[in-house]
Amino acid sequence: MKLRKVFTNGIINENPTFRLVLGMCPTLAVTTAAENGVGMGLATTFVLVASNIVISALRKFIPSKVRIPAFVVIIATFVTMVGMLMEAFVPQLYRSLGLFIPLIVVNCIIMARAESFAYENGIVASALDGLGMGLGFTLSLTLLGSIREILGNGTWFGMQVMGSGFNPAVIMILPPGAFITLGLLLALLNKLTAKTE
Amino acid sequence: MEYLQNLFLIFLSTLLVNNFVMSRFLGICPFLGVSKRVPTALGMGAAVTFVMAMASVITYIVQYAILGPLGLEYMQTIAFILVIAALVQFVEMVIQKISPSLYQALGVYLPLITTNCAVLGVAIINIDAKYDLLQSLVNGVGAALGFTLAIVLMAGVRERLELSNIPKPFRGFPITLITAGLMSVAFLGFQGLIK
Repeated sequence: MKLRKVFTNGIINENPTFRLVLGMCPTLAVTTAAENGVGMGLATTFVLVASNIVISALRKFIPSKVRIPAFVVIIATFVTMVGMLMEAFVPQLYRSLGLFIPLIVVNCIIMARAESFAYENGIVASALDGLGMGLGFTLSLTLLGSIREILGNGTWFGMQVMGSGFNPAVIMILPPGAFITLGLLLALLNKLTAKTE
Repeated sequence: MEYLQNLFLIFLSTLLVNNFVMSRFLGICPFLGVSKRVPTALGMGAAVTFVMAMASVITYIVQYAILGPLGLEYMQTIAFILVIAALVQFVEMVIQKISPSLYQALGVYLPLITTNCAVLGVAIINIDAKYDLLQSLVNGVGAALGFTLAIVLMAGVRERLELSNIPKPFRGFPITLITAGLMSVAFLGFQGLIK
């Protein structure tokens, strides 16, 4: 029961994008298309789960004074692995995410989970926490990417979804669209939660 | 002369056309977090400028003097992030010794710079674009000044936003993001500046 709560926590109650507002740089930058959102989300999920497991397994050996550099090295190792794997197996996605693959290292979600969860909890719980947070992040990125792709390009995962009369609002896939879409979604969420409370 | 022209173009394009915050989405966390007051935004900008200029030079040396000859390019991410973390620590200690008053003003923001993705971002962009040492430095300084410009402008807007009557669901992050979106529209206007 408790483990299930740990898992769902990241998806809903503490959704990294909509609740904690962490990891904004990749969220805004790569969501020009739904596919990029999914790719970035899954890459981050992998790094989160792997680094949470390793940090949790080593938590008794890492002295608390040097824990931050230790976390950074562990996280950077997995980010390098993800980068190499993606370059080999999904080269096109790797190219479209570009700079933001190595920048997963400085994604605050990963550091925040390492510091606040994995360093204090067991391996299984940490792995589930990483998975929940990662999937929450993936879902948010996919949602944002879908909205921007449909409105800005008339397609969804590359498939044409809007009729031929649809005139795409290009601004949605340009940088301003990212800020405005996320701002409106956060406001909508505030409105919805304000009602239930 | 042509080289100078090239340096100027790099500077201008990273400062305005490809502004780090407004069109590349680097350094969004401090941009949203520390943009409540103009003086603190200026302090953050100054600290970031200093670290980014140093980081551009040092990561260039690390890449071409250590990683390249040893064939360890795949260690780039790990090496760079460690260099930046050490650099920030070093800068913090130096400022503390040399100018305690500046340290007081910047103190809180200095450690935050390690996780500012703009710093790692500029280092990687420098390597990807195959810039030489001087070009890397100019790119680093231009990017950092662009960051400072964006964060100071944002702080100016937010100081006024506090006085206005914003609908409840939009308070906090939503209105800040929408403001940033409108600023980003303005920055799109620089797009045609450099062909």
